[in-house]
Amino acid sequence: MNARLRWRKFLSNFMLTMTGVCAVVSVAVLFFILGCLVYQGGTSINWNFFTKLPVPVGETGGGMANAIVGTGELLILATLFGVPIGFFGAVYLAEFSGSAMAFVVRYAADLLNGVPSIVIGIFAYAVAVHPFGHFSTYAGGFALGLMMIPITLRSTEEFLLAVPRTLREGAMALGASKWKTIVTVIVPAAYRGILTAILLAVARVAGETAPLLFTAFGNTYWSKGLKDATSSLPAVIYSYALSPYDDWHRQAWAAGLVLLVLVLVINIVARGILSRGISVPR
Amino acid sequence: MATTTSPAHGASPLSGSRHFVNRADHGDEIARVITFIFAASVVLITLLLVLSLWQGSALARHKFGFSFFVTQVWDPNAGIFGALPFIYGTLVTAVVSLLIAVPLGIGAAIFLAELAPARVSDTLEFFIDLLAAVPSVIYGVLGIFLIVPLMRSYIEPALKKTLGFIPLFQGPAYGIGFLTAGIVLAVMIIPYIISVSREVLLSVPRDQREAALSLGATRWESTWKVVVPFARTGIMGSIFLALARALGETMAVTMVIGNTPQISASLFASGYSIAAAIANEFNEASSPLHSQALIELGLVLFLLTFILNGIARLLIIATSQRGSGTANA
Amino acid sequence: MKRFAGIALVVFGLAAALWADSTLSINGAGASFPNPIYTKWIADFQKKNTSIQINYQSIGSGGGIKQVTEGTVDFGASDGPMNDDQLKAFQDKHGFGILHFPTVLGAVVPSYNIPGVNAELNFTPDALAGIYLGKITKWNDPAIAGANSGVKLPADDIVVVHRSDGSGTSYIWTDYLAKVSGDWKTKVNKGASVNWPVGLGGKGNEGVAGVVKNTPDSIGYVELIYAIQNKMPYGKVRNSAGTFIKADLESVTAAAAGAAKGMPEDFRVSITDAPGKTAYPISSFTWLLIPQKFSDAAKRDALKGFVKWMLADGQNEVEALSYAKLPKEVIAMELKALNNVQ
Repeated sequence: MNARLRWRKFLSNFMLTMTGVCAVVSVAVLFFILGCLVYQGGTSINWNFFTKLPVPVGETGGGMANAIVGTGELLILATLFGVPIGFFGAVYLAEFSGSAMAFVVRYAADLLNGVPSIVIGIFAYAVAVHPFGHFSTYAGGFALGLMMIPITLRSTEEFLLAVPRTLREGAMALGASKWKTIVTVIVPAAYRGILTAILLAVARVAGETAPLLFTAFGNTYWSKGLKDATSSLPAVIYSYALSPYDDWHRQAWAAGLVLLVLVLVINIVARGILSRGISVPR
Repeated sequence: MATTTSPAHGASPLSGSRHFVNRADHGDEIARVITFIFAASVVLITLLLVLSLWQGSALARHKFGFSFFVTQVWDPNAGIFGALPFIYGTLVTAVVSLLIAVPLGIGAAIFLAELAPARVSDTLEFFIDLLAAVPSVIYGVLGIFLIVPLMRSYIEPALKKTLGFIPLFQGPAYGIGFLTAGIVLAVMIIPYIISVSREVLLSVPRDQREAALSLGATRWESTWKVVVPFARTGIMGSIFLALARALGETMAVTMVIGNTPQISASLFASGYSIAAAIANEFNEASSPLHSQALIELGLVLFLLTFILNGIARLLIIATSQRGSGTANA
Repeated sequence: MKRFAGIALVVFGLAAALWADSTLSINGAGASFPNPIYTKWIADFQKKNTSIQINYQSIGSGGGIKQVTEGTVDFGASDGPMNDDQLKAFQDKHGFGILHFPTVLGAVVPSYNIPGVNAELNFTPDALAGIYLGKITKWNDPAIAGANSGVKLPADDIVVVHRSDGSGTSYIWTDYLAKVSGDWKTKVNKGASVNWPVGLGGKGNEGVAGVVKNTPDSIGYVELIYAIQNKMPYGKVRNSAGTFIKADLESVTAAAAGAAKGMPEDFRVSITDAPGKTAYPISSFTWLLIPQKFSDAAKRDALKGFVKWMLADGQNEVEALSYAKLPKEVIAMELKALNNVQ
């Protein structure tokens, strides 16, 4: 009897330790990845990397300034396209919609959220590249924006719904119309959460490569405008990593480090905003 | 989750009243119409996406019909397209990744939800969320420069030596192939499993654990025999969600799977996945039939992830409702 | 939100300032094999013509043909000429044709990794076809050993490696095999991506080289420049005159010399298995694909200027990167053909 109890106690301790090991291993992966990128890519990062254009194989120096700016442009375009749709759609769902329409919109958003990024690429090629006859920054921004819509919509809706009823009722009791209540009370009360959601959506699409292959394409120079193809960090990493040149491999590591730091910083900032927020129930 | 912030997790989207007293106001009507247009455009875009995949693959669907899914010759030169090797590769890598990620992920989730003090748990969860945010192409870079050589020189030869009698672990060890792709995928989906499972486990009512402990169960027994079964459906949901992610994952897999449309019993062999095929060939498919066959692959991928995501959502909602239902009773 | 909008405005302003220059931008895409020389050419050309900016993306030959046909890029590039169907598709879509302009010459070589064998192997056409058809499976097969007396070949299985993506390298390789083996022609035929009877796929030259380097008893085909850069051993191949010949600048140029005399008007010529005692048999031109008509005259003139420069000054840069120069006759023909681009 005692032996059996001891066994159960041992098993319990052992299994619980194992779960701890699982957790530590999972978290360690993050630091391993970060460490690898710093180790392999850190030495290739210098001022040129951020300010110079790529150079032909065999020449030293050169950087990825166009890819960094390209990624920035793509993200701005994606935000300008994806966020209004997601945000106003969420306002409709949270404040105006009947349940049937709400169900349909949510369903569509969830569907869109689950669509693999490569399939988004096919779609964006069909509607934003093929009809216009050229690859463009617009098309890349459109593809990334599509991916931002469901994330922004669903999160914004949750945050709007989380605004306490008393706040709405207070405003209404003072005679404010519904839209005024939304603009002056509800959205301000939820804005930290919404901002977080938008930033997380940006971080999510910042590293997307697959949809850009068929839309933003690539460019060895500065993009000539939003109608022109553009370089982007993820696409450059992909092609440089698969290239036969050691020099490009080093650049790929460096670009990977820059991209990862960018994504992680946006994430941390976003979560920082949220944790200082007021309107967020945990 | 890393990608969506869901403060009111567990709350059914349809529950709760959000309608307050209707007041006649002209501005309200305008606001309603404007926001409606944006909401409707979400539905429209989604419909357009499905439609464009459907129409874009019409030629291939008519030409090959059902045989597209069960034949394995992919010969752009001769205009013959069978998707079986891609479907096979997609499923095999996904299964390998689940075999690794599920035990690890659930173990970690149990630790975070049941054992770790709230502060530790939240900190670790923060890192897990960051891990989920690491872009796919970075996993690809680590895959080709670190994991592939490691697999080729150490892990695959070791597996061959110890488990080589199983057909799964036979054949030459190239480093690239199903097994490597599965391992890279596993690392990528672990955060999803941990995050969702942790939330689900946390939603299990306190009294369930206390009852088990008071009956003399050890901490592990109360966790494994009471809490986990209670959260079973939700955990299943997290697994389906991760599976859907794994199926649709493109860049990292493309970089390590070997890109050979073949079906092989060995996990060491190189293969191809649906997403990788689209990424490699879509820009260069010069015959209309080839592009259409690739779009049909996209359609298949879309349907697969659609079904899995649907199942996942139902399971997760079911658990949280059960959790809150019992807590209220 | 306001702050965010402010940031967006600032970034847009910066970006707009960058675009305000008046340079002309030309987009091209295609073959990866000539990518090193193309990027070098473009960079050097731009130093002299600062107002012209040519963006070349190496996405593979198949991609070059597709994208120029779709009209998403201004010019394409390919290691294999477009076939009649593809030319017709272009004509049907645009109402005018597309022209091929050879730029440089290159070779594809069989590279191998056999532990204990350091000798330079000789390959007969039959041996290469047999290996890639899966009929010759051992390194000591008489078909291989017969041409390599004195080399002790192991009785091990051959691991065959090929490209997984649609590539011009594969086109050249399969074009050659289809010429020398009836069996290959009926079963597989030539193409940028074919249905390989055996073997492993590697993405890009990097992929193939990686697998060959790290897999004992393997054979793969890579571009000459790549084998040289990576110090991979590669074999001699028996040409149509019956001599075993190693790929180098002279033997590739020799293969082109024969073709230069009978060069067709449209430059769509295959020089694999070329006649001539010193000709390396797996050689090929690589082409720029330029539409016959441009709606934008400035773009047309800039591109024509680039091609002219490339045929003159540009040719002096190629040998440093292990490509072979174009024969003089071909350059003369091209300069004439350039007038057809309007």
